[in-house]
Amino acid sequence: MRIQLRNTSANAISRKLVELRRSSGMVTQGRVLTFIVCAGDARGLDAAITAATEASKEHPCRVIVVGRGRQDGPSRLDAEIRVAGEAGASEALILALHGELGEHQESVVVPFLLPDTPVVAWWPNQAPAVPAEDPVGRLAVRRITDVTNSDDPRADLATRLSGYRPGDTDLAWARITYWRALLVSALDQPPYEPVLSARVSGLRTEPAVDLIAGWLASRLDCPVERSVGELRVELRTASQTIALERPQEGRVATLERTHKPDSLISLARRNSAECLAEELRRLDPDKVYEAALSALPKVDYV
Amino acid sequence: MFSEESVFRIDHYLGKETVQNILALRFANQMFEPVWNAHYVDHVQITMAEDIGLGGRAGYYDGIGAARDVIQNHLLQLLAFTAMEEPVSFAASELHAEKIKVLSATRPAEPFDETTARGQYASGWQGGEKVVGLLEEKGFAADSTTETYAAITLEVDTRRWAGVPFYLRTGKRLGRRVTEIAVVFKRAPHLPFDKTMTEELGQNALVIRVQPDEGITMRFGSKVPGSEMEVRDVNMDFSYGQAFTVSSPEAYERLILDVILGVPSLFPVDEEVELSWKILDPVLEHWAANGRPEPYESGTWGPQSADEMLRRTGREWRRP
Repeated sequence: MRIQLRNTSANAISRKLVELRRSSGMVTQGRVLTFIVCAGDARGLDAAITAATEASKEHPCRVIVVGRGRQDGPSRLDAEIRVAGEAGASEALILALHGELGEHQESVVVPFLLPDTPVVAWWPNQAPAVPAEDPVGRLAVRRITDVTNSDDPRADLATRLSGYRPGDTDLAWARITYWRALLVSALDQPPYEPVLSARVSGLRTEPAVDLIAGWLASRLDCPVERSVGELRVELRTASQTIALERPQEGRVATLERTHKPDSLISLARRNSAECLAEELRRLDPDKVYEAALSALPKVDYV
Repeated sequence: MFSEESVFRIDHYLGKETVQNILALRFANQMFEPVWNAHYVDHVQITMAEDIGLGGRAGYYDGIGAARDVIQNHLLQLLAFTAMEEPVSFAASELHAEKIKVLSATRPAEPFDETTARGQYASGWQGGEKVVGLLEEKGFAADSTTETYAAITLEVDTRRWAGVPFYLRTGKRLGRRVTEIAVVFKRAPHLPFDKTMTEELGQNALVIRVQPDEGITMRFGSKVPGSEMEVRDVNMDFSYGQAFTVSSPEAYERLILDVILGVPSLFPVDEEVELSWKILDPVLEHWAANGRPEPYESGTWGPQSADEMLRRTGREWRRP
């Protein structure tokens, strides 16, 4: 069900929510968190809403999507409430802020934060330089960015490092969770030799590859190289080479090990909804991500 | 002119269904009363927040302020209902006796610089609208020291409540309109879990939602599904709107009916009013003699000093 409210106020929306709850019992309080999507302009808005409601199937939450409408003209708030059906296990509030109001997003978000429950903010496109100091980011215990969708991923990854505060993570990090698991399990076998060098390559615009390199640099005491090319991670020890590679758009990866047969592993690129659901499972600071980010300066870009 | 029995002082809060339900919750049930004391309760927060400002109400409000307007009557009555002993019956005289007892045992915690906070709303954006600060509202002096936010710490010196602070707060132009009583419990004395397992576990709480969306929320930890042992806070919820589909009478309807019938249970007697002022007056005198209210941005949850007031004791205001 979709309910449109044009030229409205936070107060009127709140009344509508209470009324919906009373009349149909649909908007309940059994939510575990409030999830704010700072959608920016209309770019990718629908995709972001779909990802957020998809993720809410695992974590019932209230989704608040804040988007900018027309920048010129008078301040105005338009809202759409989505409950049941397409809103999944959540209730979604989509707020369009026009005019000067667009500069004061937190003012329309605060009245809708669920009591007590943790707040998570997500910037699906361009994120502020220091998410924790953003007016909306300040409300959140966890702040999720996505450098993959930014205009210049590599430059923005450096910004993520300089603006890092405990509680930040990036979806590019969740995209490599399985890659990390596979590399660890491939290495965690006899003869347990130290890794002498690591090489990571991939598209220039794929920050997840940079994060793999950063993560390796933080965990291994050896040089780590990041180059542009096929999607491949290679670890060398004294007696063997372990390599995990996948065609750029492919779904099946190959794990190569010296003296062992190749294994084929289903390892498709994870979509935003899946990554978000994973990010929402833990709400404490991700220390491993912090370490990977901090180790980026140690990576050799060739 | 009138005898005390024929005076009905209306405090419309007492006509609210949820407020009368405090009595049912506490005294008709067996499961809450055993934990309703200092052994299990860490502290109590009573909040009445409004999102409206004071435009057009200067004549009534200037020089009065939030503490006199709301704490002295509404919040102290809510405290009395929450903290009082069980009355021997629901006869008006018995209810009054218990409320008088608990109010006479209540006093503000000192030093006031650390246990109270007050503020005045400044301009800002609230709920999507640009609003002016109190000092720019029509009818208020540009140097008005009237507080629009007040928070105080009270102690109830009885065996049941010794050592449990009651935090009362009220304000205009806050994040949203809500009134609630939150009874926050102590942490379990021993947690047989790793630290990371309970990192997201807060304190248990029982929240009486007075308005809007009347009901009761219980908050406790639950295991997150999955192979790991991880405990996170969840809510269990009772909502009036869902459990009872008839609409409750308006607070004033109920009170006016009681006046007509001559039933004074829900009306404070003069001694309660006297005691309420006795509790609040020392704070008001301290405020009058020292400084001025701290400005807070409209649409936020009040001044910094209110957050610091709780942080001093290692606690935090709930987001209601």
